[in-house]
Amino acid sequence: MKDVRLLDTGFSAGEGLAHFAQKVPDAGGIVSFVGKVRGEGDVKALELSHYEPLTLPGMDALADQALARWALEGLMIWHRIGVMQPGAPIVLVSAAAKHRRDAFEAADFVMDHLKSDAWFWKRERRSDGWHWIEPREQDHGDLARWDILPKQD
Amino acid sequence: MSVKVLFLGRLSAMVAPERDYPAPLNWQYLLDSLPEEARALVAGEKVRVALDGALLADKTSLIAQNGAEVALLPPVSGG
Repeated sequence: MKDVRLLDTGFSAGEGLAHFAQKVPDAGGIVSFVGKVRGEGDVKALELSHYEPLTLPGMDALADQALARWALEGLMIWHRIGVMQPGAPIVLVSAAAKHRRDAFEAADFVMDHLKSDAWFWKRERRSDGWHWIEPREQDHGDLARWDILPKQD
Repeated sequence: MSVKVLFLGRLSAMVAPERDYPAPLNWQYLLDSLPEEARALVAGEKVRVALDGALLADKTSLIAQNGAEVALLPPVSGG
């Protein structure tokens, strides 16, 4: 079961997870990650832009990679575009599996790829204007570790 | 006879969200049309190029015909 969406309006992570949980009745566990606009500091708003021909197909291909690599009952990837306020959810990833390790790893894998290897561009509005945000070194390192870790059967 | 060029991410602020160019459009003409700061970024290895929604393996081989859409894609950041 695969549920990949690009959303241009706000969503409730709780409702998303409830919807997903209903679709994977045989799962032994569900791991979810919700990414939010940070409430701290000087960030007034966050904007995510995308490129229609690549962004959703890329997310769909990422989901397929995770489904092929781990034994999952289902995978949900919801990602916002547009302007968001502090505290608003940006991304919801849920992986359901018979056993928890597959679910943890698949959700981690998907998030690492969404951060620095998916077709999104992010900028923040602070009191002095808009600033483009690029991945941190840590994000690139997080992504690279999936190339060296052994694949599961 | 025109080609639509989309500038994504920080390039949209450095150039414009989109511009029309005369067709056919090749890589050198596109580069030469850009302001210096944007040109340096676009010429570098971090900017990918899509023609009609498909990524080019070698962006310098770009030749876009009338009605085509070119997208200049700087480093991404999501989540």
